[in-house]
Amino acid sequence: MTVVFERTTGLTEVETHYCPGCTHGIIHRLVAEVLVELDILDDTIGVCPVGCSVLAYKYFNCDMQQAAHGRAPAVATGAKRVHPDKFVFTYQGDGDLASIGTAEIVHAAHRGEKISTIFVNNAIYGMTGGQMAPTTLIGQKATTAPYGRDEETMGMPLRMSEMLATIDGAKFVERVSVDTPANIRKAKRAIKKCFQVQLEGKGFGIVEVLSTCPTNWGLTPVESLKWLKENMIPYYPLGNFKSPEEVE
Amino acid sequence: MEKVLMKGNEAVCAAAIAAGCKYFFGYPITPQNEIPEYMARELPKVGGTFIQAESEVAAINMVYGAAGAGARVMTSSSSPGVALKQEGISYCAGAELPAVIVNMMRGGPGLGSIQPSQTDYFQATRGGGNGDYKTLVLAPADVQELVDLTIEGFDKADYYRNPVMILGDGFIGQMMEPVVFKDRSDVELPEKPWATSGTKGERKPNIINSLYLGAEELEEHNIHLQAKYAEMAKNEVKVESFGLEDAELVIAAYGTTSRICKTAISKLEKEGYKVGLIRPISLWPYPFNEFEKINDDCKGVLTVEMNTGQMTDDVQIALNGRMPSYFYGRTGGMAPTPEEIVNKVKEILGGDR
Repeated sequence: MTVVFERTTGLTEVETHYCPGCTHGIIHRLVAEVLVELDILDDTIGVCPVGCSVLAYKYFNCDMQQAAHGRAPAVATGAKRVHPDKFVFTYQGDGDLASIGTAEIVHAAHRGEKISTIFVNNAIYGMTGGQMAPTTLIGQKATTAPYGRDEETMGMPLRMSEMLATIDGAKFVERVSVDTPANIRKAKRAIKKCFQVQLEGKGFGIVEVLSTCPTNWGLTPVESLKWLKENMIPYYPLGNFKSPEEVE
Repeated sequence: MEKVLMKGNEAVCAAAIAAGCKYFFGYPITPQNEIPEYMARELPKVGGTFIQAESEVAAINMVYGAAGAGARVMTSSSSPGVALKQEGISYCAGAELPAVIVNMMRGGPGLGSIQPSQTDYFQATRGGGNGDYKTLVLAPADVQELVDLTIEGFDKADYYRNPVMILGDGFIGQMMEPVVFKDRSDVELPEKPWATSGTKGERKPNIINSLYLGAEELEEHNIHLQAKYAEMAKNEVKVESFGLEDAELVIAAYGTTSRICKTAISKLEKEGYKVGLIRPISLWPYPFNEFEKINDDCKGVLTVEMNTGQMTDDVQIALNGRMPSYFYGRTGGMAPTPEEIVNKVKEILGGDR
């Protein structure tokens, strides 16, 4: 018998707390698979955020630090400067990275910190129960935007990848989605390239992953994937914004 | 070792480097800018790293990351900046990370002033951040003590896996005094098997964390922390005192203020007043027991601070109603003069003799 698929050793055996249909599980697996494929799992320090992935330190099978809300890039900076030979990544959601942690992500990129960031954008605050995020779409309802997000009073959704791509120290910026098997494969390729940018000492890298939140969107998992495709991708276009030539 | 003349803000850096600190993350704020400037200049020479962070918040979180990665690490700031660091200090305490935080206090509240003060006593000793936690708080009164306490602070931080705060008033940072650095060439830094440095495939992952979602689990973590604080309270009290057995009045003061009080006490002695002194060097743990040495006929304890009365709370806890507690302080960047203290003592003791 040939084994065609097995659980990656990059993840622990702990059962995750994610809701049914949430795509965090897929993204965790992709990150873990890449760590194993690049043979860096034993030389990795991961930093997890506050938000739905706050417990990621239980799931990734490598040394982990749990950071204060939004501060993961600063924590990762401290760890990377102490261990420049180790691989350091942050795993952050959109409340963490695009709201409370904007200063930390912008300046980690600005310093060209040799860290890699996985930015999970599901357009809502999941862990706290569906409040509006800076990434919430116009018209999208949230518990703190019960009439839907309105440009006049709440502004337009923030496109972090486009913004970060303008910073010289950011060497790899790509937005991917995990709504279809094809997109999942593309997401994994982007994560691998992003991680290689750090391993080659080139600078800061980020992969924004469009993700679903069936629980707080009030949709089934399948409807959520459809909603992501029809609403999020048009506003948050997929693709690479920046990449050093060597990893192309 | 030879004596060198150093400004407090530079001496604290030299002490940190002597203690094996190679990482410093900070943000400019007066009156402590010589600290990041010195570190930016000197750390690269010893193979260390200095980062001027984007904010005090980022700086303390870089400290968290570096401490979690096993390094000796320091940050410094002054009052409003230390207010911003409270989140990270609480996380360091919760995750049991060793680090040294220097606060060269200035006047407040708000933006306050850039002049020396002692207005962060509550912030430093009562927690400042959220949760039931304690930091070891050391208050030097001269530049030599600043050096010694900083070096010791790194050792204590590692020993207890807990943040240590060096609480200096702005005077200590700006003052130049001769200092001696003890030879530490034979001191080996402790191993940190708990740090995140990559498993190398040789052990289970290490996790740096302050989250305990289960109520029982978090209670257990807090009981563990409190046991550690009790150990610190037992072993880490530092205090200087004199004249308690026959004092008519005792002055309680720390930091630069204690030196002004000593001048006042000498003046009073010449006029026939017997005034004792209790100078807490550790503000947490507080030297409560020292107050028991005060004789029963003493008229009370006068707390002198560069604030409007913060350490008075601890003095009153220590006295437990045994004798009156008085206060004299100047604030906003003003320092009490020896004459003012002399007058206050005379007022309490019933006028001129």
